[in-house]
Amino acid sequence: MHVDYQSLRFEYRRSPDQSSAEVARHPVVVVGAGPVGLATAIDLAQSGQRVLLLDDDRCLSSGSRAICFAKRTLEIFDRLGLGERVVEKGVTWNRGRVFHREAPVYGFDLLPEGGHRRPAFVNLQQYYVEGFLLDRAGALPNLEIRWGNRVTAVEDGAEGVRLTVETPEEAYGVLAEYVVAADGARSPVRRAMGLESRGRTFRDRFLIADIRMAADFPAERWFWFDPPFHPGQSVLLHRQPDGVWRIDFQLGWDADPVAERAPERVIPRVRALLGHDDFTLEWVSVYTFSCLRMERFRHGRVIFAGDAAHGVSPFGARGANSGVQDAENLAWKLALVLRGEAPDSLLDSYDAERVAAADENILHSTRSTDFITPKSESSRAFRDAVLDLAGDCAFARRLVNSGRLSTPSTYGGSPLSTPDTEGFAGSAVPGAPAPDAPLGGDWLLRRLGGGFVLLHFGEAAPEVPETVPALRAVAVTPGEDAEGLAAARYDARPGTTYLIRPDQHVAARWRRFDPAAVRAALDRAVGRAGEGAGC
Amino acid sequence: MLNTEPNLAAPDDFYEALLALHQDLTPDQARAVDARLILLLCNHVGDMAVLRQAMARARQGIEPAGHDATLAASA
Repeated sequence: MHVDYQSLRFEYRRSPDQSSAEVARHPVVVVGAGPVGLATAIDLAQSGQRVLLLDDDRCLSSGSRAICFAKRTLEIFDRLGLGERVVEKGVTWNRGRVFHREAPVYGFDLLPEGGHRRPAFVNLQQYYVEGFLLDRAGALPNLEIRWGNRVTAVEDGAEGVRLTVETPEEAYGVLAEYVVAADGARSPVRRAMGLESRGRTFRDRFLIADIRMAADFPAERWFWFDPPFHPGQSVLLHRQPDGVWRIDFQLGWDADPVAERAPERVIPRVRALLGHDDFTLEWVSVYTFSCLRMERFRHGRVIFAGDAAHGVSPFGARGANSGVQDAENLAWKLALVLRGEAPDSLLDSYDAERVAAADENILHSTRSTDFITPKSESSRAFRDAVLDLAGDCAFARRLVNSGRLSTPSTYGGSPLSTPDTEGFAGSAVPGAPAPDAPLGGDWLLRRLGGGFVLLHFGEAAPEVPETVPALRAVAVTPGEDAEGLAAARYDARPGTTYLIRPDQHVAARWRRFDPAAVRAALDRAVGRAGEGAGC
Repeated sequence: MLNTEPNLAAPDDFYEALLALHQDLTPDQARAVDARLILLLCNHVGDMAVLRQAMARARQGIEPAGHDATLAASA
């Protein structure tokens, strides 16, 4: 069934909280029903937590906006129950090409090895992703969404966080044990708390023209520097479902952001690229961007995620993807703290891990921007020299930077990780996202699912000790790992055992199963290290 | 370790070739040639520690008098 998610309008419904004599209490309130807020709320609700999600609007994203959803985000969506829908509807791609003038100078394959359930990227309009998340949210009875509910004041007090919420009727208050602010780049919660996100703005403007047409360009990311149809500037072309194509034209700082949105200005630019008029405009936007972040993402009982906490340029698809990864990093920690299964200080590790991830994203994004938008005559000279040399000098192709695309962060040095005591090779170090691998007809990440999991390489899963939070064990047998990909990616031998966090990052690993070591690593992974024995 | 001891067999030949490389070029053309040359040589050297030493020496004594085109942002 086709749903036009962009045109959906949700009813404002009066909540009993508005008439209650006493201020209503909620364990956790998520502000903002975008991809990050929805993912956080779903993840919390899936773990049994009651969640209230507030959104000041009454519709989903208008316009395609974020379109590139990365492998790790798809794996998170698998855990949240919508991965298959996103991949089925989306356009799968792994390859990118970069052109200088008319000549191809560089190509890259983001997932050169097989044996992963999910591709490097799926392109899908943000309104579909939000729509699929919303459908999933609707199946969770402990998740309540209130549309047309605008948070206008935030007070962190002894009893919890008191939110003032404006509605089409009267304003009302709620008390929350924790608040997740996923309310976007202009975050009203951030503003209400007098906090700031700081960084740099780049002196450049870009035009997004999403067009509808029948075309047979391959499902690849194409990026031009200085093409004949848009001289002196860059252009990016991406395919989306429903015959929609994303074209992103660099305009320069002097471009008039209002005038450039007019169809009579946009259409000739698109025509110059395509060489024909056989298209319609779907969505047009002129933007400039900044790389910035809040100094800290946790402010007491209020925790910021996604664009509210940090911002990057769109080149590299690091905005929505890093936001969804914030959500999954935060949700399990918040759920454990609310259930009393972990100390409140576990939430500080969200701040440590995701601030570091934001810095990594900002670093990559800033480097790409410095290449695409040279900020001085000399950086322009080096950029042009790289593009010139890239034609015949292999080394220069590696310097061409049209966006380094989103990959998940490894939480190196995380306080939740147990350092290795034995030798291991490969990328699955403590803090890293667990790599996927085929297991007969199954996939390793699907088998992990959520919660804390002991991943054991051997004929049978070991009997796990009783722990808080509970631990499951899964085995990977040599028989089902026929190609040996799982063993290779985890550098596993018979007996090798990994402790995997609920967000599918590695917490600890050993060459054999040792219940005492597992307990100690679990204590550390939930922030109980140094508090004596776990239970 | 950056080698700043004599390493060119025929220094005058080298210097003549370097100037000849830029003969009759505008400042912009010369900058383009220099940028390509720097990239080619840096890749040839390959050793990041050596390159950082060379960059530091090249920058020595030059106080920035220009301004890059980015703006402080806050939201």
